[in-house]
Amino acid sequence: MITIREYLKAASLEEAWNANQKRPNRVLGGMGWMKMSSGNVSTAIDLSGLSLDQIEETDDAFIVGAMATLRQFETHEGLERYFHGAVRESVRHIVGVQFRNCATIGGSVWLRAGFSDPLTLLLALDCTVELYQGGEQTVQIPIAEFCRMKPDNSILTAVHIRKTGRQIAYQSFRNTETDFPVLAVAVSRLDGSYCAAVGARPTRAMEVNAEQVEELIEKAQALPYGDNLRASAEYRRMLAGVLIRRAADELERR
Amino acid sequence: MEIKVKLNGKQVVDSIEPDMLLLDFCRAHYCKSVKRGCETSNCGLCTVWLDGKPVLSCNVLAARADGHEVTTLEGLQEEAREFGMFLAREGGEQCGFCNPGFIMNVLAMERELDNPTDEEILEYLAGNLCRCSGYASHMRAIHKWLDSKKEAAQ
Amino acid sequence: MRKPDSREPGKYVGTPIVKKDAEALVTGKPVYAEDLAPENCLIIKILRSPHAHAMIRDIDTSKAKLVPGVECVLTYKDVPQHRFTQAGQTFLEASPYDRYILDRHVRFVGDEVAIVAAETEKAANKALKLIKVTYDILPAILDYRESLDNEILIHPEEDWTESDWSHGDNKRNSVYHEDIHVGDVDAIFAECDEVMEESYHTIEDQQAMMEPFTANCWMDTFGRLVIQSATQIPFHVRRNMANALGIPKSKIRVIKPRIGGGFGAKQTAVVERFPAVVTWLTGKPSKIYYTREETMIAGSARHEMSVRVKLGAMKDGTIRAIEMHVLSNTGAYGEHGPTTIGLAGHKSIPLYGGKYEAFRFVADTVYSNHPSAGAYRGYGAPQGIFALENTVNLMAARLGIDPTKIREMNMLHEGDIMTAYNNETANACALDQCMARCKEMMDWDNKFPAKVLPNGHIRSVGVAMAMQGSCINYIDEANVTIKMNDDGFYSLLVGSTDMGTGSDTILAQMAADVLECDVDDIVTYGVDTDVSPYDSGSYASSTTYLTGNAVVKAAEQLRMNITEQAAKVLECQKDEVEFDGKVLTCVRTGASITLGDLANQLQGGSDSWLSVTAGGNSPVSPPPYMVGMAEIDLDPETGKVVPIKYTTCVDCGTVINPNLARVQTEGGLMQGLGMALYEGQSYTDIGVNRMRNFMQYKIPTRMDIPEIEVDFRESYEPTGPFGAKSIGEIVINTPSPAIAHAIFNATGVMHHELPITAEKVWRAIQQKKQEESRA
Repeated sequence: MITIREYLKAASLEEAWNANQKRPNRVLGGMGWMKMSSGNVSTAIDLSGLSLDQIEETDDAFIVGAMATLRQFETHEGLERYFHGAVRESVRHIVGVQFRNCATIGGSVWLRAGFSDPLTLLLALDCTVELYQGGEQTVQIPIAEFCRMKPDNSILTAVHIRKTGRQIAYQSFRNTETDFPVLAVAVSRLDGSYCAAVGARPTRAMEVNAEQVEELIEKAQALPYGDNLRASAEYRRMLAGVLIRRAADELERR
Repeated sequence: MEIKVKLNGKQVVDSIEPDMLLLDFCRAHYCKSVKRGCETSNCGLCTVWLDGKPVLSCNVLAARADGHEVTTLEGLQEEAREFGMFLAREGGEQCGFCNPGFIMNVLAMERELDNPTDEEILEYLAGNLCRCSGYASHMRAIHKWLDSKKEAAQ
Repeated sequence: MRKPDSREPGKYVGTPIVKKDAEALVTGKPVYAEDLAPENCLIIKILRSPHAHAMIRDIDTSKAKLVPGVECVLTYKDVPQHRFTQAGQTFLEASPYDRYILDRHVRFVGDEVAIVAAETEKAANKALKLIKVTYDILPAILDYRESLDNEILIHPEEDWTESDWSHGDNKRNSVYHEDIHVGDVDAIFAECDEVMEESYHTIEDQQAMMEPFTANCWMDTFGRLVIQSATQIPFHVRRNMANALGIPKSKIRVIKPRIGGGFGAKQTAVVERFPAVVTWLTGKPSKIYYTREETMIAGSARHEMSVRVKLGAMKDGTIRAIEMHVLSNTGAYGEHGPTTIGLAGHKSIPLYGGKYEAFRFVADTVYSNHPSAGAYRGYGAPQGIFALENTVNLMAARLGIDPTKIREMNMLHEGDIMTAYNNETANACALDQCMARCKEMMDWDNKFPAKVLPNGHIRSVGVAMAMQGSCINYIDEANVTIKMNDDGFYSLLVGSTDMGTGSDTILAQMAADVLECDVDDIVTYGVDTDVSPYDSGSYASSTTYLTGNAVVKAAEQLRMNITEQAAKVLECQKDEVEFDGKVLTCVRTGASITLGDLANQLQGGSDSWLSVTAGGNSPVSPPPYMVGMAEIDLDPETGKVVPIKYTTCVDCGTVINPNLARVQTEGGLMQGLGMALYEGQSYTDIGVNRMRNFMQYKIPTRMDIPEIEVDFRESYEPTGPFGAKSIGEIVINTPSPAIAHAIFNATGVMHHELPITAEKVWRAIQQKKQEESRA
């Protein structure tokens, strides 16, 4: 387990950002991963006093605060309605309610982990990541670009999901109900064109775009897949095809 | 560092290490119902309420609880006994080691969900592992308990 | 004195009373070992070998000892060196004495290298990092099939010993060999219409009890070592620790508080030696609480086995001969290695004892550089039953006979002699009724073998039978003491270990029915080796049957003694006294005295205080029997298998407590389903266990289990208490073969290796398609 020398409950984003510029300091998310890592943190930076734990719905977007929990994300009525249950579907298999009451959206996105269900979902949406970079500086970065960036010293403050009318369906395959996904797929459609994000390959989710489902599957199956304890690359590639078709069928049925 | 936590309704002030887990804080304050069963946030044995919401106390730093309310089974003895005896009448408490975390979550579920379906119940409690019972007796107990609460309310 | 078998159940036997400890458990009272540890315990942490096989060349603890708060850092140089076993087994001790508390020779990734005891966990962890070890790495045996007579020896030591019974040889990496037969299998096979030979492989799986391994120690007033442990085997812990430390058993006391599950894991003294040696050497209280990772990488998982089954049958379905060869992987140490393997044959082959004319059973257990295996519910029977039941199902398919019919034709019936089971007679066997009832619950005749649903998924069913024992006959020993207290309540002192199953309660139910008292008037206390009478412990499914018999025996004797004392007070003959549990009446004079008054009178000036210790062993181990049926939903596109329904009917003799028996069954089935579909260890090519926590090793959650329907068909076991047999272990045995059979019925492919993951099912379907398109 990680050791922590100092604890800073940040009173402002500025204070948090300043503290985060030193290498041995770390921003705390939901703690799920950090506590399992080894190593020593000089100052742990707690953002829980900065009111970043809200999910706000505006006319053209959902703004999900970095400290909003996966459980808030799961049970938010606006998200449920707008995305027809896909948000809930993407997180309801993650360990259990108590875990989802701890884990945060900010932590899940920041980690850019291969197994991440929410990241797979967000990659298929019109989504940007809001980063605070000191002073008055806040930037918005498309989530796909964010995923390719190396973790830096900025502070993730929110995830913006634009209401573009995009439809989305989520499918995952798990060996047991609350396990990490063997493969996760989010398929979205806007103006007749499809986007599929494929996660847990087992590396980080990547997205492909196509006009037709067959082409979408072809492109998705051309992504790199790997072996791990849960399944082989070959099996995952097969699953990508099956799950994308099922998700597309689900969109078709709506 | 010093923290102030309202633990089971009582104000507790303690000096702790910044990396102390809420789980260890609870046990150090004689809330021994809070059990450790893993290090990977998978078993649910250490479930407590933080400001009324069920969380894994192995997943929360005690420092994060500063200024907040923490509830363990020691603070819910009457309710624990009430539901717990429904469980026991099915033989479902078995070794008992998962009971506190499980019961904490059952009581949270009852507060959060109205008339839950079986599927909703299973999903809400999926994070509470039990190796003895096979879970079926848990469901029988929950049904009977919820029914009795409904009857009492009528 | 009335014989146990003539006793009718009274108010309690057969009723679902609530467990005596229920209220404490559901309200979270501090009743487990770690909750009860002394406040000022030293915290123990273990340094483990990163190599599968190595010799410690040099170990430097000087820096570690300097960490503030560190009390001691112990290596093999600092601890007593006496070979012992951690296995919890009765006299004869089949498992080899092949361990030291710490050894220079380390034999698996995770093997213990050094013990650190410190005032805080942080200090202990810091010290661990400062211990410097240089290893001479040895070639390892990671595939147990290569172990026998390999030039690499895992236990080359000269002080290795084993009981003659086991026929092992450390110079061959062997801890057990058996080759027995009845009749001439080869001659019978030659006469059979069909002979099938199939090979199976089951891997190590974890008991995964919620409470990890834990123990704590302190020195008592008399300079004795007290070990408080989450154990199923307190008396064996006392012996094992005395052996390990080289001290008299009289210097050790073992206490078992409530245990957070065991399932056999705690039939091995996995952690006791660490606090024992620390407290013995320092005089200070100490404790260890394993992490889940330690529990999984250095615990006592199920023995991995390869099982080859040869089955000979006639066209009409008559099974005439069974041959089974088993190779078992005991890992780095021999705990339970010589004894688990026998069950693979002896608790599977007799299921067909109605018909077969010959059997042969050949068994070898070998060392490897995996972690030591141990006891896990079923103990070897699940491995053998998986292999035999799959083969019977394949035979049924080949002969075109319904798999339930082939069993009905060949199964064991009451009165049959079980030649593969010590020639015991099946005195109580309702296996046929279990089959009939289970078929009814599953609606087998309509569902067998499979249906395709509109969504393309396949619904199919599978069947398996199982048996187990009810103790280790002639070996296990159970005794209880019942004493009468003032006001006439009783103390029932037991040495068997309730690990959550409710055995303390069902034993009280039996005592209450013999003594005709309220069950609340029986206080069950156990286990404390200073107080409890000797009991070999709770394993081998022995508690209900063997300790139950001891309870009945002791309670009967106590009843007689009470009557005798009452006769003195009532001034009559003892056979004139009637006792209804509350009042003792002389039928001739009508004079009477309440039990409470009698008890209080006996507290002063009596010549005999009323306390009885009784028990013993059993010449037989009557098997319980069961039938299990699985219904699955199989997605042929992905290979995903979802168990939809599991029905089972059990014959455990008289059911003492229907609720507890039912929950035993439901819980065992759940573990069996995990074993069938996803549980199991996996090792890297250097022997690192990759399934080291609940994140990777998945056990079923409540969302993973099907609807489970349980019923009982009670036979009456004449040698059992109130006709009871056992239930704890048998219930894990049917899911693997029943699920494998259902998958076979859905896909046409029988899986020969556990667990049967979705990917394996998918691959088998693809392969079959390819073969079919080629053909």
